[in-house]
Amino acid sequence: MSETTYLLSAIAVMAVVNYLTRAAAFLFFPSGKTPGVIRFIEIYFPPVILTILIFYSLKDTDFQSTPYGLYELAGVGLTVGLHLIFKNYLVSIFGGTVGYMALVQGWIF
Amino acid sequence: MRPEFPAALRASIPVLMGYLVLGFAFGLLLSTQGLGWGWALGMSVVIYAGALQFAAVGFFAAKVGLVQIAIATLFINIRQAFYGLSLLKKFADTGWRKPYLIHALTDETYALLTTIKPAEGLDEKWFAFFLSMLNHSYWVTGSVLGALAGNAFHFDTRGVAFSLTALFIVLAMEQYKTRRQILPYVIGAVASTVALMSVSSKNMLIVSIVLSLVMMFALRSRVEAGGKRDV
Repeated sequence: MSETTYLLSAIAVMAVVNYLTRAAAFLFFPSGKTPGVIRFIEIYFPPVILTILIFYSLKDTDFQSTPYGLYELAGVGLTVGLHLIFKNYLVSIFGGTVGYMALVQGWIF
Repeated sequence: MRPEFPAALRASIPVLMGYLVLGFAFGLLLSTQGLGWGWALGMSVVIYAGALQFAAVGFFAAKVGLVQIAIATLFINIRQAFYGLSLLKKFADTGWRKPYLIHALTDETYALLTTIKPAEGLDEKWFAFFLSMLNHSYWVTGSVLGALAGNAFHFDTRGVAFSLTALFIVLAMEQYKTRRQILPYVIGAVASTVALMSVSSKNMLIVSIVLSLVMMFALRSRVEAGGKRDV
């Protein structure tokens, strides 16, 4: 297999398998009518997965050495605080991110 | 122009920053394999999955076999199978848009679609379609720019990826307003913590999802009793 053929096949494999994971629910329940068990997941799962995604996006935080995850904690605190005060998600996300960048890139300390 | 477009554009802006930067990082990484912007463009259009595309650069470097790539892809992104469950109803009458909406169902798009309701009078189908396309276009643009920049420049982007964390936090807070119960968040936090402590970080996502499902069903009557919204 030539280099280009290998790359194209690999990309095709990833695209197809990835699409199938996204389509699985729709293939199993084509009518959109779902048993009660699935409806339970449909309704109550989004807040669970969002919480998991928050942890996932912070999974590489190092709690063993300085600054012991304090920057991440500060970034999360800032984002939550801004959102409680201004209730505007652009302000919260932009403010939280810039604050966090200031800490990790050492603009402050 | 359909009125859903500006509404979707507004809703997509938090993703703009994160996707441009992460896409850029992907393009940059891909260019270290000697692959140009055309490859970045193609991959971001047809695969469109962050973690997987980063992993792909490693597959290419090591010439990993196609069967192994298929299995790795399944494990990296199997969580997405659960996302569709929350969107069966929303996507039910989307017609020709449906295959594309499914294709574009990333973590961030899923999070936005399950949280944000378009304003009164706007068509949800078009809103979801534009939102998905906009997010996709940010990812593609970022990755092409990254590949073009190659190793020529160095940008200090440390910490920018926090914008995705901040997006998830804000969406979690917004979801609390529609269904005022704390239990799903506690379940998510406990499942994540247990997973982080017991498995490697690359398996953390799927393990937390499975754990949280087990906990959700174990506590089903309490979860449902706490929910205000009707089924």
